[in-house]
Amino acid sequence: MGIISSSIARKVAMALSGLFLVLFLGQHFTINVTSTFSPETFNSWSHFMGTNFLVQAILQPVLIFGVIFHFVMGFILEARNRSARSISYVSYKGNANSSWVSRNMIYTGLVVLAFLGLHFYDFWFPEMVHKYVESNPEDATRYYGELVEKFHDPLRTGFYVISFVFLALHLFHGFASSFQSVGFNNKYATGLKKFAKVYAIAIPAGFIFIALFHHFNH
Amino acid sequence: MKLTLKIWRQESAKAKGAMKTYQIDGIDGDMSFLEMLDVLNEDLINKGEVPVEFDHDCREGICGSCSLQINGEPHGPDRLVTTCQLHMRKFNDGDTITIEPFRATAFPVIQDLIVDRSAFDRIQQAGGYISVNTSGNTVDANAIPIEKQNADDSFYAATCIGCGACVAACKNASAMLFTSAKVSQFALLPQGEVEATERVQNMVRQMDLEGFGNCTNTGACEIECPKGISLENIARMNREYLSAVSKG
Repeated sequence: MGIISSSIARKVAMALSGLFLVLFLGQHFTINVTSTFSPETFNSWSHFMGTNFLVQAILQPVLIFGVIFHFVMGFILEARNRSARSISYVSYKGNANSSWVSRNMIYTGLVVLAFLGLHFYDFWFPEMVHKYVESNPEDATRYYGELVEKFHDPLRTGFYVISFVFLALHLFHGFASSFQSVGFNNKYATGLKKFAKVYAIAIPAGFIFIALFHHFNH
Repeated sequence: MKLTLKIWRQESAKAKGAMKTYQIDGIDGDMSFLEMLDVLNEDLINKGEVPVEFDHDCREGICGSCSLQINGEPHGPDRLVTTCQLHMRKFNDGDTITIEPFRATAFPVIQDLIVDRSAFDRIQQAGGYISVNTSGNTVDANAIPIEKQNADDSFYAATCIGCGACVAACKNASAMLFTSAKVSQFALLPQGEVEATERVQNMVRQMDLEGFGNCTNTGACEIECPKGISLENIARMNREYLSAVSKG
C-alpha cells in the first residue's frame, strides 16, 4: 500500500502502462497499414491475431488491463492534482512555461477514451460475438471486408480522424515524458525523446491515412 | 510610472480573501518589485489603511523568502530572478499587475500574500541531511575525491533556495523539483550514500503527506525556477526512489 500510494510509483506505473500501449499501437498500425496495399496480408495477419491462443488468452487480457489501468490511474492522479490546489489563480499564465499538450493530457486522453468506446463497439465487440457467442466457423478472408465497410460512413471516418489527431497530441507529450518518469536520463535520452515525438505524430498520421484511404477508395 | 495593482487581500488564514484594486504612481523603473510594494504600503499607512503583507528578507535573491504570483507567473515575467530581483522596468506605464500568493493546498495563506511554506521544512527534515562527525574529528570534505561532473551537479542542485516557485508554477502544485533537488545534492556525493535508501523514501513520503500534486512533466517548474534547477533532478530522484524501493 505504501508503494502503490506513492506519487513516484504511480507516475512510473502511468509511464510503463503508457509505454506498453504505445508498443501495442505500433503493432496495430503495422497490421492495419497492410490493408492499403495487400488485403491478403491484412487478412492473414488479422486471422493470426484473432485465432492465436497466446494472443487471445494472454496478450488480449493484458492489453485490456493495460488500457483500463492507464485510464483509471489517470483519473486518480488528476483528482489528486486538482485537490493539490484548492483555490485557483485569478491569473495563471501556463503558456509562458509549458506546452498546451502537457497541461491538457486529461482532455486529450478523454477524447481517446471516447474513441476507444466507438472502436470497441465497431470492431472488438462484434469480433467477440462472432467468435465466442455465435461460434461461427473460422473464415480467414472476412477481416478486410469488415474493415472497409466501417469506413464508408463519413461521420465515423471523420470521428476517427479527429480522434487520431487527439491521440497524436496525447502521445506527443506522453511518450517522451514517460522516459523522464522512469528516470531514464542519460546520453541516449535526448535521441529517444526525439524518436518519441516523431512516433507520436507518424503513427496517428498513418492511422489517419488508412481511414481516409478506405473511405475514398471504396 | 503609473500602475494599477490587483492584489489578493486576506485578513487571516481563516478569513475569506478577495482581489482588491489599487492605483499607484511615481514608480521608477530601477525599483525592485518589492520596493514598489513598499511604496504602496507607505501610501496605505499614510491613508490609515492596513498595508499589504508579503514575505521578504535578504532582497538579493539568495534567501528564498520572497514569493508572489505576478501576472500569472511565480516571481513575475523575468527568468532566473526572484521577486526581489525583478525590476519595475520590466513593466510599462499604465500596466495592470495582478499579484497573488503562491497557490497550493500545502501552502495555506497566512495573510494577504504570505503563505505557510513549512511543508518544505518538513520534507527537508524527513531526510535532507547526512550523518557527519562534527565532534572534532571531522574529515575534510576535500579529502574525498569526487568526480567533477557529480560535484557540479550536486552544487547546482544545492542552489535551490526553497522559495516554492516550482509548486506555484506547476499546474498540479507538485513539489517534485524542490524535493528532487534536495535528494540530488546528497545522492551525488559519497557523503550522502549512507542514508541514500531511507532519504529518498522518507522525503517522498513526506512530500505526499503534505498534499502536493503529482508531477506530469510539464516542465513549468524548471522554467520558472529562479535558480534554474534542472528537471534532470526529478529523473534522478525517480531512479533513486525505484532503486531504494527495490532494496526494501
